[in-house]
Amino acid sequence: MSVRVAGVADPVVRAADTSRLRRGIGRAARRDRFALAAALVLVGAALVALLAPWLPLPDPDALDTPNRLRPPLSPGHRLGTDEFGRDLLARLVWGARVSLLAGVATAAAAMAIGVTLGILGGFYTGWVETVVMRLTDILMAFPYILLAIAIVAGLGPGLRNAMIAIAIVGFPIYTRLVRGVVLSLREREFVEAARALGATDPLILGRHILPHLLSPVIVAFSLDVGAKILATAGLSFLGLGTQPPTADWGSMLATGRQFVVLSPHVVLLPGLAIFVVVLALNLVGDALRDLLDPRTHER
Amino acid sequence: MRRYVVRRLLLLVPVLLGVSVIIFMVLHLAPGDPAEIMLGSQATQADLNRLRAELGLTEPLYVQYIHWLGLVARGDLGRSIWMKRPVLTEVLGRFKATLVLTGAALVLSTAGGLALGILSAVRPNSLLDRLSAVASLFGASMPVFWLGIVLMVIFALWLGWLPASGMFAPYGGGDLRDLLAHLALPAVTLAAASVTIIARLTRSTMLETLGQDYIRTARAKGVVERAVVLRHGLKNALIPIVTVVGVQAGYLLGGAVLTETVFAWPGVGTLMVQGILARDFPLVQGCVLVVALSFVVINLIVDLLYAWLDPRIRYE
Repeated sequence: MSVRVAGVADPVVRAADTSRLRRGIGRAARRDRFALAAALVLVGAALVALLAPWLPLPDPDALDTPNRLRPPLSPGHRLGTDEFGRDLLARLVWGARVSLLAGVATAAAAMAIGVTLGILGGFYTGWVETVVMRLTDILMAFPYILLAIAIVAGLGPGLRNAMIAIAIVGFPIYTRLVRGVVLSLREREFVEAARALGATDPLILGRHILPHLLSPVIVAFSLDVGAKILATAGLSFLGLGTQPPTADWGSMLATGRQFVVLSPHVVLLPGLAIFVVVLALNLVGDALRDLLDPRTHER
Repeated sequence: MRRYVVRRLLLLVPVLLGVSVIIFMVLHLAPGDPAEIMLGSQATQADLNRLRAELGLTEPLYVQYIHWLGLVARGDLGRSIWMKRPVLTEVLGRFKATLVLTGAALVLSTAGGLALGILSAVRPNSLLDRLSAVASLFGASMPVFWLGIVLMVIFALWLGWLPASGMFAPYGGGDLRDLLAHLALPAVTLAAASVTIIARLTRSTMLETLGQDYIRTARAKGVVERAVVLRHGLKNALIPIVTVVGVQAGYLLGGAVLTETVFAWPGVGTLMVQGILARDFPLVQGCVLVVALSFVVINLIVDLLYAWLDPRIRYE
């Protein structure tokens, strides 16, 4: 005898879900041309960052002091040079590798820790729940960036430590989000039915609860990557993240600041790069939320 | 109400203890001997021993923590290694400047956000509403320090309307006008992201409230539209708005670190960054402690405000 427990596992329902999702994507793409453009910007930025070593660019760290602070469209330097005569386009492209990787990696780490703790804190009552929730309460009792700065203060400045700090500071939002969803799912009939059929905890979590977490977590993650890029850039700007001579958008802004009067492009360009990428991430994140969260459909 | 206040105050105890553990651990996160990290490789053995004794580093960790907590409770945050002065006086002196900046930004963002949000809710999909939606997207995507630099270049360096940095003019300044002139750019920079967040939330809450039956009743009774929006609408929309303003107050306190660095504002943020780069742990701990405590206090005030605004919360 076979018993179907959850609608999620039903192939008919799943096929209907997929076709609805596909129609949804088509509708969203037509309605939200901005989100489509934003997705293209992100793919472009990721490709450029990935292919940086093979692109025909000068060495991003090569000093050329006679040619310092050249304006954009100078011969040999399409976006000009910085205070040491280093090619700005090359530094922006190589900086994209650091900034994008830092954003994605810290958001992924925060998500992994946060989702795990959120599931544990929502599914198990008792001391597990207490420990998880108190931990997130305490971390959230600090202003976000301040705690990250404090952790970097302890670990010592540097990109790796800045990323660790931002991941630690960032996981409680996922914990809160996931715990809320798990708490409401725990009492639902299909979970009770699965338990009545003798399903173990890992099976219930994996088969019946995890699929429901996917869309809220994907939406949160897509919006979080941008926030993490901003946070990493902020720490680098304070001199606590990437250390010279490595190019990263935040540190480029910090060092270019002293030359902003005569050569505003040194500061404007890395800031613009951060702005465009984070804006694109936010647009895509918003579109994903409209697509995956039925409550915002009738907006 | 009194029972609610007492319960809320009791809930503070575990949070404060947790905060203190985290701040204490900041000193001990780094691998190796904190004394060596603070004094650098040039330090003599005698210097190292003296600092170890001063910070109590020879004791077991939990003894150090209890000792440190006792000192903190008595208002002794230790001495700054770099400035050779008591940390508490140094931090509190700088904290005033941070409070001025954060307070100004909070007033700007709340007033601006409320006005923008109400106007957008009264005329949804108008030009103002659309502009405010775009602005909120931009506000969430723009690095605050970059916006600060751009504003500084335009208004201080190119147009010369406002001073570029500091809190007072070095010569002949010191009055309120001087302060306001120096405050304008950093406060606008810091408030920029919060304005849009408060505006969007005010808009959505107001739209929901203005669709309620009692609003229709008020209109049917012939209440003037202004009174309908402000007295019947805004008053009932206030709770989520107070929440988001409280969250923003904390965010501004943290975000002030970056803004202060851009404008060389003499607050706790700049002090903390200098302390980190100088490896002055007692100073950094003091800065983090003071800001974190004020954040906890802000959250407490917000919670008490809810209970005052919405009596249902007290009886939960």
